[in-house]
Amino acid sequence: MAGPLPWLRARMDDGWLETRTARTLTFDVPGWPGHDPGQHVDVRLTAEDGYTAQRTYSLASAPEEGRLVLTVQAVTEGEVSPHLVAQMRAGDECEVRGPVGGWFRWTAGTPGPVLLVAGGSGIVPLMSMVREKARTGDPAPFHLVYSVRTPDHVVYTNELFALSRTTPGLVVDRLYSRGGLPDDTRAPGRLRAADLPGPDATDVPPVVYVCGPTGFVESATEHLLDLGHRPSAIRTERFGPT
Amino acid sequence: MAVVTRGFHGRRREPDPRIPPGQYLETDFPVLAIGPTPRVSTDDWTLTVTDVDGSRSTLDWRGLRALPAEDVETDLHCVTTWSKLDTRWRGVPVGAVLGDAGAGAHHVLAHSADGYTTNLPLADLVDGRAWVAFEYDGRPLEPWHGGPVRLLVPHLYLWKSAKWLTGLELLREDSPGFWERLGYHSYGDPWREQRYVGD
Ligand SMILES: Cc1cc2nc3c(=O)[nH]c(=O)nc-3n(C[C@H](O)[C@H](O)[C@H](O)COP(=O)(O)OP(=O)(O)OC[C@H]3O[C@@H](n4cnc5c(N)ncnc54)[C@H](O)[C@@H]3O)c2cc1C
Repeated sequence: MAGPLPWLRARMDDGWLETRTARTLTFDVPGWPGHDPGQHVDVRLTAEDGYTAQRTYSLASAPEEGRLVLTVQAVTEGEVSPHLVAQMRAGDECEVRGPVGGWFRWTAGTPGPVLLVAGGSGIVPLMSMVREKARTGDPAPFHLVYSVRTPDHVVYTNELFALSRTTPGLVVDRLYSRGGLPDDTRAPGRLRAADLPGPDATDVPPVVYVCGPTGFVESATEHLLDLGHRPSAIRTERFGPT
Repeated sequence: MAVVTRGFHGRRREPDPRIPPGQYLETDFPVLAIGPTPRVSTDDWTLTVTDVDGSRSTLDWRGLRALPAEDVETDLHCVTTWSKLDTRWRGVPVGAVLGDAGAGAHHVLAHSADGYTTNLPLADLVDGRAWVAFEYDGRPLEPWHGGPVRLLVPHLYLWKSAKWLTGLELLREDSPGFWERLGYHSYGDPWREQRYVGD
């Protein structure tokens, strides 16, 4: 039997704010084996006196050995996320264990179209899939429907725009729940069934990945089922209590 | 040597002996599931018990409610590191649901309406350690928490407490369930931090 997954030393290498409250952090992790897009990692922070706190974060990057990228949304009053967003700086260390999660994942070469539905920071594991498609030139049609509060809350905004222009088969729709841009044709509001493609929009029905806060995932999957997507084609990941 | 994270202090609480290693206290009730919340109503809910010889018996909602139920106050531990204390449930002990079934069985594979499965030793489901639960906090169990009926095995990580329970399959040999085939621990004891294979 395999031994336990080891805790690996991770050194922060770079970090930048994506929005006022979400930050991308890159880490050098000697011994990191890479991952499949959609998987996550356990992150452990240790204080000087040995006190530890551990949380789960999705891998944002396309797979790479020895390096990984996270994007963390600061949760008010949170224990771990505010440290990662506001305190941690290049050279600081923590530990990671993974990759974890074998269900919510997509690998290049998987046949068939893919529908990605993201709410807020739920974009993170889906972005890993988008980046992997772009990196490998995988021909699978990808449709990303990404719902955020306002244009200021879009994570990876420039990269998504660029990728949607340069990656064959990638369609990106952004939706705003609270307030949009002046020339938007869609009035701001929560995700509706009409925002989502049905199972007939592609040659064969897509595999659907839905990720975001619990309430978002619940309503998005309700819409998907109403549109005729099969429950067995819908994979979900729920990030938090709200 | 421990890897110290510069400047990290953490949100200290009085250490609570009810919180297992690597877990933190959560006051909300997060939801995790592999897919959409199945649409199950009490009218169409059934629970099939399959014995080692393949014989089956089926319980419907009325049948379940006719069995003696218990109030349970217990702590929950999720492998994603949150623990929630003093949660209140109502359900029928699994032993009462199994009845006479299970001679020669050592393991159980629990089945959910969404196709999810999880494996447990039979011994962990009987003797008042596990319930077929239908109320949470004095109310009918909400769909996103596994309603109308879920398994409740609070001494193991919460992925063992299958939501939308529809089947209990008694087995002579252990057979891994959904997460157990994807790298999660076969037993899942939070006090021994059995999160992943090999822990
Ligand atoms: C599989 C998985 C993948 C995840 N991937 C990511 C990721 O890529 N990026 C990311 O930012 N987070 C991700 N999360 C969430 C992350 O694990 C933490 O829950 C989050 O960072 C909050 O931790 P904290 O220590 O800051 O807050 P805590 O101290 O744990 O919580 C403080 C309070 O905030 C509430 N809270 C916790 N999370 C949220 C939330 N998301 N929204 C609103 N309130 C909340 C809690 O209920 C609690 O009351 C993921 C979670 C899971 C299960």
